[in-house]
Amino acid sequence: MIVFLIRRSVQSLIVLLVMSFVIYGLIGLMPGDPVDLMISADPDITSQDAARLRTLYGLDQPLWSRYVHWFGSALSGDFGYSRLYAQPVWDAIIPALSNTLILLISSLALALAIALPAGVFAATRPYSLSDYGINLAAFAGISMPPFWLGILLILLFSVVLGWLPAGGTAAASGSEGFWNHVKFLILPIASLTIAGIGGHTRYMRASMIETLRQDYIRTARAKGLSEPRVVLRHALRNAMIPVVTVIALDLGVLFSGALITETVFAYPGMGKLIYDAIMGNDYNLALVTLLLATALTLIGNLLADVAYAALDPRISYTKDAG
Amino acid sequence: MNGTFTPALPAKTGTRWVLRRFAQHRLALVSAAIIICLAASAVAAPLIEAALGIDADAVDLFNRYGPPSAAHPLGTDELGRDVLIRLLYGGQVSLFVGLTATIAGALIGTCIGLMSGYIGGRTDAVIMRITDGVIALPVLPLLIVLAAIDLNKLGLPEGIVGSENASLYRIVAIVALVGWTTVARLVRATTLALKARPFVEAARAQGAGPIRIMARHILPNLASPIIVATTLAVGNVILLESVLSFLGLGIQPPIPSWGNLLTGAQETIWQAPGLAFYPGMLIFVTVVAFNFVGDGLQDALDPRARNRQSERV
Repeated sequence: MIVFLIRRSVQSLIVLLVMSFVIYGLIGLMPGDPVDLMISADPDITSQDAARLRTLYGLDQPLWSRYVHWFGSALSGDFGYSRLYAQPVWDAIIPALSNTLILLISSLALALAIALPAGVFAATRPYSLSDYGINLAAFAGISMPPFWLGILLILLFSVVLGWLPAGGTAAASGSEGFWNHVKFLILPIASLTIAGIGGHTRYMRASMIETLRQDYIRTARAKGLSEPRVVLRHALRNAMIPVVTVIALDLGVLFSGALITETVFAYPGMGKLIYDAIMGNDYNLALVTLLLATALTLIGNLLADVAYAALDPRISYTKDAG
Repeated sequence: MNGTFTPALPAKTGTRWVLRRFAQHRLALVSAAIIICLAASAVAAPLIEAALGIDADAVDLFNRYGPPSAAHPLGTDELGRDVLIRLLYGGQVSLFVGLTATIAGALIGTCIGLMSGYIGGRTDAVIMRITDGVIALPVLPLLIVLAAIDLNKLGLPEGIVGSENASLYRIVAIVALVGWTTVARLVRATTLALKARPFVEAARAQGAGPIRIMARHILPNLASPIIVATTLAVGNVILLESVLSFLGLGIQPPIPSWGNLLTGAQETIWQAPGLAFYPGMLIFVTVVAFNFVGDGLQDALDPRARNRQSERV
């Protein structure tokens, strides 16, 4: 298990390293370069000045040597300066990251609190009217364009009812301020929650149906245990194994969802930061935020593997696992 | 509760039998009809435009955010253009991108999966590690970067970069670039199973080369799973295109797509809520319909998979 963990971690690190180079290269392919931006900001710059600046910033060097230089300073903790926010990259990222974590954790918890019981409920009554209804709702949920869901929520709660703000955020200070802050969170969280329920419900239902067919469930029933006890004590724990794995694997998907939701609601989180950085040609910020997103996704995958191994003792990782 | 008894299915695979089984899945049948209607009216957009006597590109600044009327059945947008016709033209683009990008991804995936499964060994291991790597990436942020790169810096010919359809080709290419993994894994797994079967051995004994075996003996047996996976993927691709276009990185105006018709909908939502509603509704209906058709095809083409695996509706 320990060997497996170490090997998977090393693998993830290699993927991250390769991705850092790929992303570095891709960002170099975005329109313009920092000197172009200076030229557009200052019409007095001559072409000699521009060439001198390019040499000064190393932009005349090949991609590979620029990357090595960036990687060297990144290792020593220097990720550069954000052009858009006029502060070191990390100072722009930290508050955005905490905003996104609030959004992700609360919507994931809410989605699971609704989806898991719904999935179990449907699985214990296969082909009933309620099963059919739950399935149809789940299908609708996964087919809904996530940004349109946000727009519909704004339409209903901000335009028609006028209960909640359409976007942005407010500082939390004092008792009045806290409610003010929460008000801005409700619609983004609701939007991300609804987007996540469908998939989780379907996984839970499928896994539970599969588990209820096992021999040990028949044994439990034959012993004369009550149906709720069979489902909740015997089946649920085993049915949860694939579901937990999928939840961890979905961290990347969740991050994409946050990007869309944050853009729709102008919520100052990581997703919006990535979007603004790319749209605003903020190379340093785009690079670091994209790498952070990749790292978070890889950690999710790693967690999924670990959870799978930890929850199911039948799985052995001694040979050829990966 | 669930008996293990399943009636033995006769080994019929003919087209008529598949169609009959598909017809039993009523939701799938209705969905197929909806998709055909949507596609037909999108293709017929120029005819409808002429019949209603509207010019899709006619800007009328005195008639912005017009309510539904006889001349404009769904009202007008922020430039006074007819919303219905713009939706139909947007449908052309969204359906075209959805279908071509999915098929392109499925083609790439089939080739990679076939190679990986048939050749096996080290090649297989390397290809599958790469596939795992691509699956593990955060798709949306990467797509945004890919959509933002400057094609001139890639040294592509001016004919492609400069054409007004550049954003169309670009989105098909980048969606196909990340969308091949599901089909590749599926094809690889099925190829691995098929290559051990006697009929492949018989073909090899007769002296058939690897290319011939893959094309004539393995590929036909892969058709059903590939068709099902591809149909189920179309919905996702349409969603992806709409997200990118909504963010301003996919299809570029003035070409309309269902996604970019929603760009800025939050700002105009106060004057014209309809503008924020119709395009999303069309995306939603189309994606649901493709998902149901995929489900119905799965039932019809591979009924045993259904009994074996989970029992979804």
